[in-house]
Amino acid sequence: MSKIEITRRHFLNVGLTAAGGLAVGVAVPGWGAAVTALADRSAPWENQDGQEIGAWIVIEPDDDVVIRVAKSEMGQGILTALPMIVAEELGCDWSKVRSEYASANRNVRQAQPYGSFGTGGSGSVRRSREALQQIGASARARLIAAAAKRWQVPDGECTAADGKIVHAPSGRSFGYGALAGEAAAIRLDSEPPIKTPDQFTLIGKPLARLDTRVKVTGEAEFGIDIRVPDMVYAAVATCPVPGGSVKSFDAAKIEGRRGIHSVVPVPNGVAVVADRFWRAQQALADLPIEWDEGPGAGSDSDQFRRDYRAALDGKAANALNTGDAEQALAGAAPIEALYEVPHVAHAPMEPLNCTAHFRPDRLDIWMGTQDALGATNTAAKTAGLAPEQVYVHNCYLGGGFGRRAVNDEMVQAVLVSKAVGKPVKLIWTREDDMRNDRFRPQAAIRMKAALGPDKLPLAIDIRTAVGSIERSLGRDKVESGVERQAVEGLSNLPYRTPNLRVDCILKNTHIPVMFWRSVGSSQNAFAVESFIDELAHEAGADPLQFRRTLLRDKPDFLHVLDVLEQKSDWGRALPAGSGRGMAIHEAFGTIVAESVELALSPKGEIRVDRVVAVVDCGHVINPRTVEMQIESAIIYGLSAALFGEITIKNGRVEQANFDDYQMVRLADAPKIETYLALSGGGKWGGIGEPGTPPIAPAVANAVFAATGKRIRGLPFKNADLSGRA
Amino acid sequence: MIHLTVNDQVHELDVEPETPLLWVLRDEIGLTGTKYGCGIAQCGACTVHIDGQSVRSCVVTVGAVRGRVLTIEGLSKDAGHPVQKAWIAEDVPQCGYCQSGQIMAAVAFLQRHPKPTDAEIDAALTGICRCGTYPRLRAAIHRAAVLMQG
Repeated sequence: MSKIEITRRHFLNVGLTAAGGLAVGVAVPGWGAAVTALADRSAPWENQDGQEIGAWIVIEPDDDVVIRVAKSEMGQGILTALPMIVAEELGCDWSKVRSEYASANRNVRQAQPYGSFGTGGSGSVRRSREALQQIGASARARLIAAAAKRWQVPDGECTAADGKIVHAPSGRSFGYGALAGEAAAIRLDSEPPIKTPDQFTLIGKPLARLDTRVKVTGEAEFGIDIRVPDMVYAAVATCPVPGGSVKSFDAAKIEGRRGIHSVVPVPNGVAVVADRFWRAQQALADLPIEWDEGPGAGSDSDQFRRDYRAALDGKAANALNTGDAEQALAGAAPIEALYEVPHVAHAPMEPLNCTAHFRPDRLDIWMGTQDALGATNTAAKTAGLAPEQVYVHNCYLGGGFGRRAVNDEMVQAVLVSKAVGKPVKLIWTREDDMRNDRFRPQAAIRMKAALGPDKLPLAIDIRTAVGSIERSLGRDKVESGVERQAVEGLSNLPYRTPNLRVDCILKNTHIPVMFWRSVGSSQNAFAVESFIDELAHEAGADPLQFRRTLLRDKPDFLHVLDVLEQKSDWGRALPAGSGRGMAIHEAFGTIVAESVELALSPKGEIRVDRVVAVVDCGHVINPRTVEMQIESAIIYGLSAALFGEITIKNGRVEQANFDDYQMVRLADAPKIETYLALSGGGKWGGIGEPGTPPIAPAVANAVFAATGKRIRGLPFKNADLSGRA
Repeated sequence: MIHLTVNDQVHELDVEPETPLLWVLRDEIGLTGTKYGCGIAQCGACTVHIDGQSVRSCVVTVGAVRGRVLTIEGLSKDAGHPVQKAWIAEDVPQCGYCQSGQIMAAVAFLQRHPKPTDAEIDAALTGICRCGTYPRLRAAIHRAAVLMQG
């Protein structure tokens, strides 16, 4: 995103859609919006005793402060981090702060006071931090003005801290609860400035998450836990070959069974509705369905693999071309390597589900979605209602990882509820969730380079053949042939070389693909960081020192490397059969380097013992949640690197459940150490995803260090390393 | 009619005996703290106790239950069980979905292994967490062991 200097006043009044759509509509307005909202008895956001100060902040009579969050809590701690930003400016007593979801319905009924609800791209803090600071500062200024008016003193004599406005000269003070009503009505002549990082007192502190307690008592309500009066349950079968459809089904075969309500067709499938989910699921298993499998039925993963390899030799769209890599490589003996990754599944712990209650004039939705506003619009379209008539009650998400950005299960639930005239809880079984995923794309990435006389890369030529996410989602035809997601991590290659070329071949199959934690960087970092390691080996250089040389004009990268070298005991020898490897990658504005120490069993099984991660995300809101996210991203990426592989046979996904789609468990989990190497300044990087890309190449590089064998295809479980230890 | 004792309450249930205990707990009794994750005893999100033994309730039919069932809701009042306290102190949960099952598994494990080694923890705690809370989960089990002795 280009940096546009805009004055604070301009920002507030206009709303700045250029800054990632946050527009905060806010214009710290929410002010006018709040007043009209309170008159509407059907508005879900008014179910509180407190006084709104704008659309984001509610102050209760006992001084408790509720801060609204327009992003989804999927484990990343956003219901804690974003309130910290508001509270920093508002001057709260943190022990009295609670958070709750903002209403997407309100967003469509008013002038979008909350902006975007999309939760992804490691963007929640990055894209809303400045606006949330302003919201907190603005409310603080209003509370001060209200107190000053009561005391008949100048605003400047009053200060806000710990949930109180204090007039130091007279020793008087008010709790926020006593002032909220008056503060809400105050109009400011100009907006107060926000703090600079050196003034932060709350941001940067390792605070406990606000949602921990309800998550250890079973009280946290996920979409699957919702119970609505008169609710029925639906189990759904869709064509086992994506893109296929139902030819026929024989509902008579399950009629009259206990609890069965009806059988309802849905797009590409059929749902059985019953008084209990178990009964619906059992009946569905016995329902004869004939499928029209469609054009994908004949394909399989081996074919895809051949196709992607072949595509690398075909026509490509150019994404980046500096110097003349082609010519430089023509005059040299190039080093070449092909890296391949399979489809992988998101597999969140909570299988997708949605409870929908359709009525002719109103639709209620309970679910966990990464985009409550997008879900509102999709649900409205599906139901034939206006978005204003749709109420999405977002819940805790039992994992997201990108999968809950698009809500296929919601569309089914809305249609079934409309058909049966009752609230319906539709649940995907684990098998449904695995087979109806929108997967990380399969890809083949070919890297070529030539080393100059100085043993540094004279040219690097990268070609990727990969599924287009935008085309798969039907969002964009990507007519240029270059998709941002496909080349992220390639087009922003940080390593210095005079000749660099990146080409992109977008090639889709009938298997749907989508955003998977860290998206294109997850496969592209595997290729780039493995290949840089290969070049280092070719140059006879230490992999870390080789990177240091190639990054010599990038101080942020160098600092991260320095810390990694020190904390990972980089030079220390490991026992035979063990190896250490590293990788460094920038994604979503954050640089992460990881080193891996692993050992191989005689059978060739990889045991990762220790991971050291060094992170430069510029600034940190809550170091404790940052540490948790890095651990999470590493283990998520490690599961995919070691085991993750969705294979297709006869057009169908072969894996179905956790017995044939393995993942890292406690016994496989390495010791993880996370260190921050913050560069500060204007950099605010994301944190949910950047820890994932380096882990697969760091493991591959450690395997090479231990065995001399280079693994260029994921997952590692397919590589035969027996007898290598 | 099936009689089932859950968290010291007796329920009389008109359900097919082959219904998995998981769905009886969730949909008949309304105890939704016990989660559905896989349905084949792989992930452990549905872990509860029957007479103090941890079981995966997705593969136990309600008709086969011969003891008293304890779920996360019955573990303590106010998150006061030492394992819950340890979980809070170590900030274990992220998305939180698997944590009821992880906690119930840990409670049963610690009753048999009051001073657990890492190897014992690895062998016994096999539930899946996609958020990767394992390092904190391990630390929390050690912390809980200390709390339970104190």
